[in-house]
Amino acid sequence: MSGSCGDAGPILEGSHLVKRFGGRRGLLQTEPTVHAVSDVSLAVAAGETFAIVGESGCGKSTLARLLLRLIEPTEGQVFYRGREITSLSAGEMRALRREMQIVFQDPFASLNPRMTIGAIIAEPIRLHGLARGRAVDERVADLLRVVGLRPEYADRYPHEFSGGQRQRIGIARALAGEPKLIIGDEPVSALDVSVQAQVINLLEDLKDRFGLTLVIVAHDLAVIRHMSDRVAVMYLGEVVELSPVDPLFETPLHPYTQALLQAIPVPVPQSREEHDLPRGDIPSPTAPPPGCRFHTRCPHAQARCGEQHPPLEAVGDGRSVACHFWREIQAGGNPPAPAPHGSAKLAQRLELYRAHQARREEEAITTATVE
Amino acid sequence: MSVQAEAIAPRRRFGRTVTKFFSNRSAVVGGLTVLIFVLLAVGAPVFATHDPAQTSFTTIRHAPSPEFWLGTDELGRDVYSRLLYGARASMLAGVISVSIALLVGVPFGLVAGFYGGWVDAAVSRVTEAMLAIPFLILAIALAAFLGPSLSNAMIAIGLSATPIFVRLTRGQALAVKTEDYVEGARAIGLPNLLIITRYIFPNVLPPIVVQATITIATAIIAEASLSFLGLGQQPPSPSWGSMLNTAKNFMSQAPWMSIFPGGAIFLVVLGFNLLGDGLRDALDPRDN
Repeated sequence: MSGSCGDAGPILEGSHLVKRFGGRRGLLQTEPTVHAVSDVSLAVAAGETFAIVGESGCGKSTLARLLLRLIEPTEGQVFYRGREITSLSAGEMRALRREMQIVFQDPFASLNPRMTIGAIIAEPIRLHGLARGRAVDERVADLLRVVGLRPEYADRYPHEFSGGQRQRIGIARALAGEPKLIIGDEPVSALDVSVQAQVINLLEDLKDRFGLTLVIVAHDLAVIRHMSDRVAVMYLGEVVELSPVDPLFETPLHPYTQALLQAIPVPVPQSREEHDLPRGDIPSPTAPPPGCRFHTRCPHAQARCGEQHPPLEAVGDGRSVACHFWREIQAGGNPPAPAPHGSAKLAQRLELYRAHQARREEEAITTATVE
Repeated sequence: MSVQAEAIAPRRRFGRTVTKFFSNRSAVVGGLTVLIFVLLAVGAPVFATHDPAQTSFTTIRHAPSPEFWLGTDELGRDVYSRLLYGARASMLAGVISVSIALLVGVPFGLVAGFYGGWVDAAVSRVTEAMLAIPFLILAIALAAFLGPSLSNAMIAIGLSATPIFVRLTRGQALAVKTEDYVEGARAIGLPNLLIITRYIFPNVLPPIVVQATITIATAIIAEASLSFLGLGQQPPSPSWGSMLNTAKNFMSQAPWMSIFPGGAIFLVVLGFNLLGDGLRDALDPRDN
């Protein structure tokens, strides 16, 4: 996938988005202000799969809702196909919602328990006047088939289905309005691993079939690597790195991205390495640290990091990073993490194993040459 | 697959609710109890053996007998006939005042819970002010203000019971509106009115149904109290509450005067409670 953002301009763009929760509540009450999203700007190109990744609590779900204007931003704007949607009236916004849909994380909470599956899927069709009478039922049956469910399920209620099936129903409902853009808020993280793969493949198929643009919010890096074109890495309400997916996984620039990638479990014990894991816990978003927000946990932090806030700067190849010292860290050869300091015993055993392996190979060669 | 689709008959939603209701034995018992009392109230002129207002000095406080099935009261009136006519006043007072409370309280609660902000603040303050006044005192004040009659008593009781429903509905709406499916409704562009009617209301209904059946009981008692004070059913027309109120003076001499109206209130309230529980379960598509 080429990293170019398309010639037609981005389909969805967030500009300096800020969302704070809390603050003054009443005359005498105040509650701590939560800085959920702080000055985030990003652009999603039409037809791409854009991923937003980060730890829980980093503001990625809030960002997704801001982009759809399901919650109002404290500051900043959202543009959909070049049109600012943050200032649209409620009526204009409702008409536009047909084109931008969301698939929720929890399939057990995202369907109205009092409506049948048919009614749930038919609702956007009727609401936006896409079909009438019998045609609505046909459309519902089509959509159920598209997401791999049997059309006769339309008369049943959500509680009669499993998590994976419900997520498919949620996807069918999202598709019903014939959208251009679907935002998945952790669409598979509540599902079993085997079902995750099915739902991911379904989303990818649908994307190709209907020419959708996908924005996937996730914390599962395997999912991201598999399906996305570009990735925004978030930490404490800020985007710290924005990059096409392959370079990001090969040479992560931001120390936080590096830490995230190192945290992926390695299935083969021998290839496990010592990690420079971030120290301590993620700071509270009610009091984000000054300067670079990651400096309290960064293994490369220096005095400047605690004072100056690093802007997200473009570094070429469609990549951006928000770190004062990314060049130095990169030059220090950091991403290939320090040499393994496995236990002495493990090293000894590995040594024995390798020697044995070498001997067998030698023998094989000699026998081969003899013959 | 499509062939299969035609083969399987779609399950009807209304049919399922009815089936579920009738398979619930206590709901059916409750429904039958309420139905019997309604029939007795409607057919009072047919079923009554005496004129309920006919006093007689020769039959004061007679025990139940073949002539007076449930005995007579302190003015010699037939308790059985008064019970039948009283059923009209009491059941109307219970059902109509609760209907008033529901019709006023539920919409306000829904709007307050859903919109929040100043709407919620305004509705909540008024509700709290009403809750600060004891239920009966408020009903008495309203009834006195509206003038003494059964219909005004119903309005007074209904308005006094309203804050309970506002609070209950608001609390439930607050809980339901944070559910993902409500956000999903907004995400497809559903107007707020439809979100409230299709998403919030059906999901806040169960506790309201239960509360309503309990409040019917309270309302019947409240009507009795208002009647006792001369602000409800006007004598000599009977209501269960006014019958109980006079009967309490003759508890040891003529227990039948209090036992039968009291038993009637007990049965009707129980019937409404069972009916309400059954309705709540039958309307819930889950746990078949």
